[in-house]
Amino acid sequence: MSMKPVALILHAAGINRDLDAAFALEAAGAEVRIVHVNQLRADPGILRRGRILAIPGGFSYADALGAGRLFALDIASFFKDEVSRFVDEGKPVIGICNGFQTLVKAGLLPGRRFLPADGDERRFTLSDNRNGRFECRWVTLKAEKSPCIWTQGIEEPVVCPVAHGEGRFLASSQAHLEALMAANLVALRYTLPTGEPAKELWPHNPNGSPFDIAGICNPKGNVLGLMPHPEDNVLTGPAGRSYRGGRQGSGLLLFKNGVRHAIDQGAIYG
Amino acid sequence: MEHQLPVHRFTIRELKPGAKSSALIVREAQRLGFEGIRAVVRSEIYFVRGNIAPEELGFLGRFLLSDPVTQTCEIHTLPLTPKGKDYVVEVAYHPGVTDPVADEILRSGLELGLRAIEAASTGVRYEIGCEKDYSLSPGDLDILASRLLANPVVQRWALGAVEPAFPGRNTEVPREEWIPIHTMDEEGLAELNRARRAALDPEEMKAIRDYFAAQGRACSDVEFEMIAQTWSEHCFHKTFKALIDVEKGQAGGLPGQVDNILKTYIKAATDEIDAPWVISAFKDNAGIIEFDKDFDLSFKVETHNHPSAIEPFGGANTGVGGVIRDVMAVSARPFAVTDVLCFGIPGRGEGTSALSVEQIRSGVVAGVQDYGNKMGIPTLNGSIHYHEKYAANPLVYCGCAGIAPRGAFFSEPRVGDRILVLGGRTGRDGIRGATFSSMTMDGSTLETAGASVQIGAPLVEKKLSELILSARDAGLYTGITDCGAGGLSSAVGEMASELGADVELSEVRLKYPGLAPWEIWLSEAQERMVIAVPPEKLTALAELCTANDVEYCDLGFFTGSGHLLVRFNAKPILDLDCEFLHKGMPRRRMKAAPPPRLEDRPEPKPLPGSRTPGIGELFPMIMGHHAISSKEWAIRRYDHEVLGATRLGPFSGRDQTGPSDAAVAVPLETGMRRGVAISNGFNPRYGEADSYNAAASALDEAVRNAVAVGADPDRIAVVDNFCWGDPLKPGNLWTLLRAAKACKDAAIAHRTPFISGKDSFNNEFEGPDGEKIAVPPSLLISAMGIVPELGAVRGSDFKRSDSLLYLVGEFAVVYEASVLMDILEDRPGLAAPAFSAAAPAVYRAFHRALKAGLVAASHDLSEGGLGAALAEMCLAGDLGAEIELEGLRASLRKPAGPEGEGSEASFDGPAGQALLLFGETNGCLLAEVEKNNVSAFERQFAGLPLARIGKTSQAPLLRVCDGESLLASVSLEELRRAYLRESAEILGQAEPSLAIVREANREGR
Repeated sequence: MSMKPVALILHAAGINRDLDAAFALEAAGAEVRIVHVNQLRADPGILRRGRILAIPGGFSYADALGAGRLFALDIASFFKDEVSRFVDEGKPVIGICNGFQTLVKAGLLPGRRFLPADGDERRFTLSDNRNGRFECRWVTLKAEKSPCIWTQGIEEPVVCPVAHGEGRFLASSQAHLEALMAANLVALRYTLPTGEPAKELWPHNPNGSPFDIAGICNPKGNVLGLMPHPEDNVLTGPAGRSYRGGRQGSGLLLFKNGVRHAIDQGAIYG
Repeated sequence: MEHQLPVHRFTIRELKPGAKSSALIVREAQRLGFEGIRAVVRSEIYFVRGNIAPEELGFLGRFLLSDPVTQTCEIHTLPLTPKGKDYVVEVAYHPGVTDPVADEILRSGLELGLRAIEAASTGVRYEIGCEKDYSLSPGDLDILASRLLANPVVQRWALGAVEPAFPGRNTEVPREEWIPIHTMDEEGLAELNRARRAALDPEEMKAIRDYFAAQGRACSDVEFEMIAQTWSEHCFHKTFKALIDVEKGQAGGLPGQVDNILKTYIKAATDEIDAPWVISAFKDNAGIIEFDKDFDLSFKVETHNHPSAIEPFGGANTGVGGVIRDVMAVSARPFAVTDVLCFGIPGRGEGTSALSVEQIRSGVVAGVQDYGNKMGIPTLNGSIHYHEKYAANPLVYCGCAGIAPRGAFFSEPRVGDRILVLGGRTGRDGIRGATFSSMTMDGSTLETAGASVQIGAPLVEKKLSELILSARDAGLYTGITDCGAGGLSSAVGEMASELGADVELSEVRLKYPGLAPWEIWLSEAQERMVIAVPPEKLTALAELCTANDVEYCDLGFFTGSGHLLVRFNAKPILDLDCEFLHKGMPRRRMKAAPPPRLEDRPEPKPLPGSRTPGIGELFPMIMGHHAISSKEWAIRRYDHEVLGATRLGPFSGRDQTGPSDAAVAVPLETGMRRGVAISNGFNPRYGEADSYNAAASALDEAVRNAVAVGADPDRIAVVDNFCWGDPLKPGNLWTLLRAAKACKDAAIAHRTPFISGKDSFNNEFEGPDGEKIAVPPSLLISAMGIVPELGAVRGSDFKRSDSLLYLVGEFAVVYEASVLMDILEDRPGLAAPAFSAAAPAVYRAFHRALKAGLVAASHDLSEGGLGAALAEMCLAGDLGAEIELEGLRASLRKPAGPEGEGSEASFDGPAGQALLLFGETNGCLLAEVEKNNVSAFERQFAGLPLARIGKTSQAPLLRVCDGESLLASVSLEELRRAYLRESAEILGQAEPSLAIVREANREGR
């Protein structure tokens, strides 16, 4: 397959890092299409034409009733089956910040295996930062051993900004959290700039997530949700963000992985 | 029979209540004297009205309104049975106040298939926890509620369960009223002016009467209200256009008469500079300049002071929203927001306002945060200033920059084009905001101005901004403007000022019924734009609106008659000649005279040498002063990375904690070869001392900051924003004229044209003993410059040890009005630094050096002088420095201004050393130059003032020598603690965060 894989970027009222995600995926080699929820609602078949799905950051529906909740409701109400099929087919899906919150609240992360069989109550959530504030700052991330296709092979730290007020990954019980860890589904963690564990120390772990969880994936590894914004550090050269220790452009690695996976899949499935 | 429908209440509590206790509220409660309060725990309340089945209610609570992982949900159907819960205050909005969450509950309820939900509203519950044996009376709780938990302007409260507020179901359609103005005498006119809070002059009232008398008819309230707002200071800029007689003008270098400040000084500078790259100046909603051969940039800065004084969150929120709409109104994509905020000094000189300085500050910052972040526009640059004369009248300057393809902006509606309102619905929000902005505040402002307050809904504006860009690219409109002060009357009125229009007000979509026609016409409900659409494009536009969830209504059309005709249910209720409306206002004639204080002002005093602390002691005092200390507590609440175009954000350096001089953005659609610098210049202490030098300093600082980050001095445009007291006081007008003259002089010297500007008057409040306190003359100059080569963006952080440090520019330090003086003495300054004639040449040479790659780090000298600039560069780069004063002293020229009396000898001794390090000057920059670039760097400054003052060092120390003697050796740790202390205190942290960051970073060097 020499054709560029099509990356669909899901847009809803209040989503605001759609252009950033589009820029990063394009830079990584995808052909990008921003799709509004209303368009998808009218024609859920659009999803079948994409090989990557990105749910970007922002304040969908102004974060009313909790970050990502109403965007998750859209997915559940209008195209749950189509999105589930996309995920089950192993196509790369990434939810960044508000997109991560949306995937978790829609029950798509960490995945069905972690949903109770009997009811609709979730076991995981992204809640208010421990210090109760929205904060924008640069953080250092480490890719952990996990099945996540987006972070495979990333040895060097990824440096990029966070900008959120509800990024603390919480479970309804310690056992649920440990099950997640045991399955190696923690794909990204916050570290000190030196690469050592942040040990929940603010500001390196900006939101107080237990085990410094910055991003998690599903057991299959094709769906990644993360709070930080690698899409805002993809440029190198004079136009790129430069400060000492800033690891210019290191966010691009994730998107390259996602695009490469989509290309490989294309080669396998045609 | 809607009112008989049951109302259900959902109370959402945190499973771990500690998470929602507000430290700020607890601190403020203790400050109010309730020292036994230990926790104030917040829960959310939602009300829905409708016949909803119990299982549906359960589903709604569990699935939609609460998060099962962290929250519990209690459901009750009203009325509640009172419970003996100890100390509870519940707060809800007044009916009709914008409540975006309630709107989302209605929308998502439908999405869930719960069609029975007929109305929704929200509230907040506060449970107050006290020390054992500490008790609160109902009176105490009312004080807490009115001062801390609710803002009476938009909210009400109950001790215990609050009743939900649903907008009224008033189906009676109010009518217009007719005012017999054509027969009124002067007394009658004065009474009308008062009763309708029109804030017009007697001459203006007479002109309105004469217009209607000539027609022999009464005027409708719609007509009167529209004229009052069109002629308001806020909309018409009466003072800036007035004919002013100047008493003792020559004492201030002013002529005996000034005919129109705007033309005489501000536009005159733009005309004289005549830069070919200025595309639109003072014509449109925002100024426009060229970016490159394909794109144009737009820039606008505004104030929202009065609304922020009475409702800080809403005022700042809608201030940001409003200025973003200005950029949308020139069909551009907004890509950066700036904010400059001025507050009183906490704990000092409070006004009679019900709100404390801290409450105003935290509300304003939260308001800026909420709007900018939710719009997805990075807040790239700004500053926070403190002065006791801002205590009850904060200044909230909001700016926005946009980008658009060349030629994308035009606004030429044609006869027959439809007039469409897009975006939010119209309610009673901000009624008479334009006239309110033109009045002085007093103790009763809070009560009477209730309706003037606006609450923002950034989500609506976000959708609107995306829609406008799509409509622009599809060529669906011929004209566009935003609804700001004066609402539809102003937007439609201006757009139809030549063609005339025929408008039907009953078409306007309302938030709730019951608005009188004049209220619909004048409402300042936010998030609305007016566009002119050719009839054949209506269908395409309607489809676009549906796809983007944006509401619109079609009000009428442009007629070509030159008359503005407004109807309500087909009946004409306003028929005005556009010529009269826009040009019929009698010219204001005003008087300026030197303020009494200037007449007998004492000679500036020298720095009190004997009492001056040592340099080592002064450094942390300077770095901890509120003019210099880190504003990280606020800046990090703004998203400065969204859009991925931030090349240089508010922070510089390895820890991203040093202050940047200016922001640089590289809009992604432009090919990323050049950038846009955005900067500000502002100093209230200078303004109070000398408004001429202050204005010149503000312009120089804005330009200097832009140059420091790589902007080409020949491609910088500036924007002015004057905030002054009552212009009817001749002394205020005198300082205003002096500032305006300085704007012209400095802009021409720098060749930086003004492209836009604003003025805000009557920034006064009632002090504790009843006297009026005016803000210090406050001029913000904002600059936008082109960065032609991105390699020239170096940041303010030192990059390596053993680089050389150069001070470039005319070093003419002043003690008066400096931060140093503010630390040493409790009095206002009597002088401010003068404009440096060498600065234009110095900045051009500096730009050449930056472009040639000869500068490793650059920073401008401003508040705190050389010492503060040096310390900030050390902190940002986490590297030390050594400087030597004797060489600097030798290279000094005689300082300008009143201090010129002092000889160079005054730079000797402790006082002289302090002045060299912390005196303030214009026109200077500090540069780190690596050794191998030294001679090339020096060559760039041939014939210009330049001094080599020291070098950088690996040791984390700032060392100052004078000749052979070591004056001070201050550790960066000590400087850092001082620099971060205020921020840490505001955040309620025991220790400045950066101590931790730096420890963790040590190894990573």
